[in-house]
Amino acid sequence: MATDTQLDLWEVFIQSKAGLPYMHAGSVHASDEKMALQNARDIYTRRGEGTSIWVMPSKYIVASNPDDNDMLFDPSNDKIYRHPTFYVMPEGAKNI
Amino acid sequence: MNTQEATYKYALRLGDSALVLGHRLSELCSKGPILEEDLALTNISLDMIGRTQALLKYACELEMQGKTEDDLAYRRSENHYYNYLMTEQPNGDFAHTIARQLFISVFEYLFYTELEKSKDATLAAIATKTLKEIKYHMQHSVEWTIRLGDGTAESHKRMQTAINDLWMYTGEFFEMDHLDMFLLHQHIAVDTHPLKAKWQDYIKTALTEATLIMPIDSYMQTGSKKGIHSENLGHILSEMQYLQRAYPDAKW
Amino acid sequence: MHNEHSDAHFQLRIDNGEHIEAKDYMPDAYRKHLIRQMSQHAHSEVIGMQPEGNWITRAPSLRAKQILLAKIQDEGGHGLYLYSAAETLGVSRVEFIEQLQSGKAKYSSIFNYPSLNWADIGAIGWLVDGAAIVNQVSLQRTSYGPYSRAMVRICKEESFHQRQGYEIMAKMMKGTKDQQAMAQDAMNRWWWPSLMMFGPHDTDSPNSSNAVKWKIKRETNDELRQKFIDKTIPQAELIGLTVPDKNFKLDEKTGHYKISEINWDEFHRVIEGHGPCNKQRLDHHIKYHQEGEWVREAALAYKQKHLKKELQTV
Repeated sequence: MATDTQLDLWEVFIQSKAGLPYMHAGSVHASDEKMALQNARDIYTRRGEGTSIWVMPSKYIVASNPDDNDMLFDPSNDKIYRHPTFYVMPEGAKNI
Repeated sequence: MNTQEATYKYALRLGDSALVLGHRLSELCSKGPILEEDLALTNISLDMIGRTQALLKYACELEMQGKTEDDLAYRRSENHYYNYLMTEQPNGDFAHTIARQLFISVFEYLFYTELEKSKDATLAAIATKTLKEIKYHMQHSVEWTIRLGDGTAESHKRMQTAINDLWMYTGEFFEMDHLDMFLLHQHIAVDTHPLKAKWQDYIKTALTEATLIMPIDSYMQTGSKKGIHSENLGHILSEMQYLQRAYPDAKW
Repeated sequence: MHNEHSDAHFQLRIDNGEHIEAKDYMPDAYRKHLIRQMSQHAHSEVIGMQPEGNWITRAPSLRAKQILLAKIQDEGGHGLYLYSAAETLGVSRVEFIEQLQSGKAKYSSIFNYPSLNWADIGAIGWLVDGAAIVNQVSLQRTSYGPYSRAMVRICKEESFHQRQGYEIMAKMMKGTKDQQAMAQDAMNRWWWPSLMMFGPHDTDSPNSSNAVKWKIKRETNDELRQKFIDKTIPQAELIGLTVPDKNFKLDEKTGHYKISEINWDEFHRVIEGHGPCNKQRLDHHIKYHQEGEWVREAALAYKQKHLKKELQTV
């Protein structure tokens, strides 16, 4: 007997309303992309949660290493000039 | 028979098919080949029960006897049921479940596309809602037919067997009796004769892609429009109607 | 500089209320505890489909059938969310299923009891889901991110489960004598097992202390059980059901109900495999899993064939 299979793992992203970003909803098991889409529809949009679905094989997701968090994310903490509140506007300036 | 009486029976027939198939699919709960598929089959069953409610409710309105859709579902005996024989066939293995779904969903897709144009506004509205669901049922069954047909040697054999076994119940889809003709003349019912060629085209395309052979028409089973069924329906109803029959005074 | 791979640093993060993600450092014991708890939770959802599934084909109205089917479907879905969340810890669903079927992994003992009359569907929704939700609401704040996210989704979806169960019980208590008798019979059989769902007393619970320290579990077995008892007894009384416990009483000082001691012999006996339906539940799971094998193989074979074809045409 062949070893059991539960098919491949896919990640599911749902857009809840047109124009909004796709959010990670969870995963499904499926043999191929068509079935993955069908399964995602049957499992993650049972209560009208979605208007659009993306699926992708979980193995293609590349995640950053938490050990690198200092290097990756801390340097942007002090770049406050990237935020609009950093700039001083003259009193009475409008629409800016 | 006047139009209202005829339409009552027409709605009842459609409702019964949805009811019995929905029941069959509900039997599969917790028995799917993989958890994902369990949820998919349940969704289809829920669509069917929803459609049953709409159709039987309409039948009650037309009957004007003050009954509810539950009275119709739970208090009739099998010779007053008019579902297609196909719908009451057992789930069998997954190939049989899928073959039954394939045959019915393709037929229903064609049927409800026509019913949407019915002069009867309620039936037309039910058809519009139902069509959306059926398109998905059809996609689901076609995709599985292809995978099982063109999968392993075993799945191919099982799928071919299922197609062959259930073929004799497909003839009923295209029968037109007096009631159908009566309502067709009033632009209420669907003329199913012209649907046969289209149905065969769809099925042929799916079976070909699935590397399966389309059976040749031989004797087709018939009877449901007269309330004559296979032995299956009696068992379905004795289970389904158990509480309503055992405790006739109770409300649930 | 602190060592990010130390248990001390890990505990610091937990104490700060941070969530742990799949790739973050975690002590082995934490990982093991999570795998055990999450898979057990997933198995419970999936096995839990069976006692209610027993009544789908006999549901007494179209509405009742629809609700029950949707509810059982939710349970399948919740099993699936939980398996997925547990898979982030590096164990596959295939392995989880093997552990379940070999008896190595447990599931909630409550599902080893039979559902014998229609009111059992009410009692399961009201008492069993009611007990589960007390636990699950608490678990939304669990420290492991994927688990916590799954629980948030699950709690949102489960909010109707308990209500539909209570609705059935209330309706039956207003119904005929037969219906009232069924409801009370279901109450008598499900009350104690549902209290056992929270597990042994804190003093006898070997896994509890670490789980609380790591904030996997946010409240103890006894705390959760008490919450459930306090809210459920008034609900029973409201619709005229008798709590099958001669000694329960409200402690006016604390506002909590005191109940008789739970039959822990029964609890252990069912966990050890001697409940009314242990064998039946596993047999069912194994049977349909095996019957589905050729289908899964076919789907995989189809993909492999067509993947090859695609590669050849490139």
